[in-house]
Amino acid sequence: MLNDITFGQFIPTNSSIHRADPRTKLILLVMFIVFAFLSNNAFSLGLMMAFLLVLILLSKIPFSMYLKNLKTILPIILFTSILNALYIKTGAELFSFWIITITSDGVWRAVFMSVRISMLILSSAIFSYSSTPTAITNAIESLLKPLNRLGLESAVHTMAMTMTIALRFIPTLIEETQKIMNAQKARGADMESGGLIKRVKALLPILIPLLISSVRRAYDLAEAMECRCYNGGEGRTRLNKMRYSIMDLIATILFVVVCSFSLVLNILF
Amino acid sequence: MSLLKVSHLSYTYGHGTPFSYDAITDINFEIEQGEIVGIIGHTGSGKSTLVQHLNGLIKPSEGKIFLNGKDIWENPKKISQIRFQVGLVFQYPEYQLFEETVYKDIAFGPTNMGLSHSEIDNRVIGAAEMVGLHRNLLQKSPFDLSGGEKRRAAIAGVMAMQPKIIVLDEPTAGLDPAGRDIILSRIKQYRDTTGSTVIIVSHSMEDMAKTAERILVMNKGKVEMFDTVGNVFSHAELLESIGLNIPQVTQIALRLKDLGINVDNNIYTVEQMKNSLLKLMGRGQKNA
Repeated sequence: MLNDITFGQFIPTNSSIHRADPRTKLILLVMFIVFAFLSNNAFSLGLMMAFLLVLILLSKIPFSMYLKNLKTILPIILFTSILNALYIKTGAELFSFWIITITSDGVWRAVFMSVRISMLILSSAIFSYSSTPTAITNAIESLLKPLNRLGLESAVHTMAMTMTIALRFIPTLIEETQKIMNAQKARGADMESGGLIKRVKALLPILIPLLISSVRRAYDLAEAMECRCYNGGEGRTRLNKMRYSIMDLIATILFVVVCSFSLVLNILF
Repeated sequence: MSLLKVSHLSYTYGHGTPFSYDAITDINFEIEQGEIVGIIGHTGSGKSTLVQHLNGLIKPSEGKIFLNGKDIWENPKKISQIRFQVGLVFQYPEYQLFEETVYKDIAFGPTNMGLSHSEIDNRVIGAAEMVGLHRNLLQKSPFDLSGGEKRRAAIAGVMAMQPKIIVLDEPTAGLDPAGRDIILSRIKQYRDTTGSTVIIVSHSMEDMAKTAERILVMNKGKVEMFDTVGNVFSHAELLESIGLNIPQVTQIALRLKDLGINVDNNIYTVEQMKNSLLKLMGRGQKNA
């Protein structure tokens, strides 16, 4: 169950997407999502979908990993599609029962919405699968640099560092949870049956040890960081500097071309 | 019929994903009632995966586990009953303590078994005594205990279920020598008084030599050897080739033999070495 959490996971393959500058990837990701949501007809959305497919293939990451990611947000997709289908009353009536009326417009919107959400998730997955957590936060820190002029240097750095640590510890915490769950199961803890109250109560033997070990871990980490003379971002240099390369330029041009094309399709149809 | 029989057991992690790998392949062994069996192996040799199969935490990819001749996965809905019969103490079990008092924590397992109040009380007090936790400690918060006491409280939590087999994964890891000795001697005592079977997973050859009767050596997910302690430690070269050691004192004995000093074969505890040396020096064991 917990093994299905793919968020924040980095999957190393030697693809061109992996080698790209994380800043480029982050900006292009935002750009892609904006244009995917701007697409309001089947042609432009289809173009973006085809482009996404190409990117997925380029990432050299098995398709099953992306499906796993989609599976976790399936409830959200279903929920929004149903809401859309129920609330939109324009267009030809397809089906009517009691207070429920389904129209062709509603179905269209539901399909569009689920495709857009899936694209949002899949494109973010390409980004997170192909960038290490450190690369992601370095990119954010670097992109937020303009805020430094407002006197927010330490805030930007602290935020980026907090994010790095949070991302870094997701797999650790998942592993820890799994271990504690197994240990309590070995003592006969039953987490899979019973009513709501019983289930919530059954979580206590897991949550308490997890909380305690997280606090312990946080203290240890803080101490270890201090031992290595960490005192905030001031004057800190990096071993691996991010470099904007020719590949990044090519990728940016590609994205701009595809996105403007989809904009043209939007206007034409 | 043996108490526990593992037959053609295999397990693959992440089956069907790019990360899949075979943790254990084709494991076969039998363990009798009342034995103390040690499981040793290099990191990643599949020890922990193997022991999690024994109480049904992991369902085998292939093969079967028989407890008293019955397949433990015969009825998957009753797998929690198996967990009461095969108690598993994880590595660093003190991290699973969660109750307000030590008493309540030890009572967690017996309560899940649905026992009566008086029976739970008996078992908690019995188990605490078994691991040498003083009565005064029972009403304390488990987080106020020392490291070794926490470990013993956690072990008592599993012993209180009175399992037929108790499996301990690295029970002495991270403890000081005194804490280690207490735990090992208590485990041995537990076997002697209850007649239960004990399985200990460990890295420490010294611990194994002191406690185990038979040793199962794991290497790359397979059983390399399963024999008496003496026979296993006589294969020093094989053990070394798979990244394991023999006890220090056994190494010294082998070295002495090379130098032409005729100490006994099969020396793997300091006590045996002492007796053997005294014998060589012409004094009998009674003077030891």
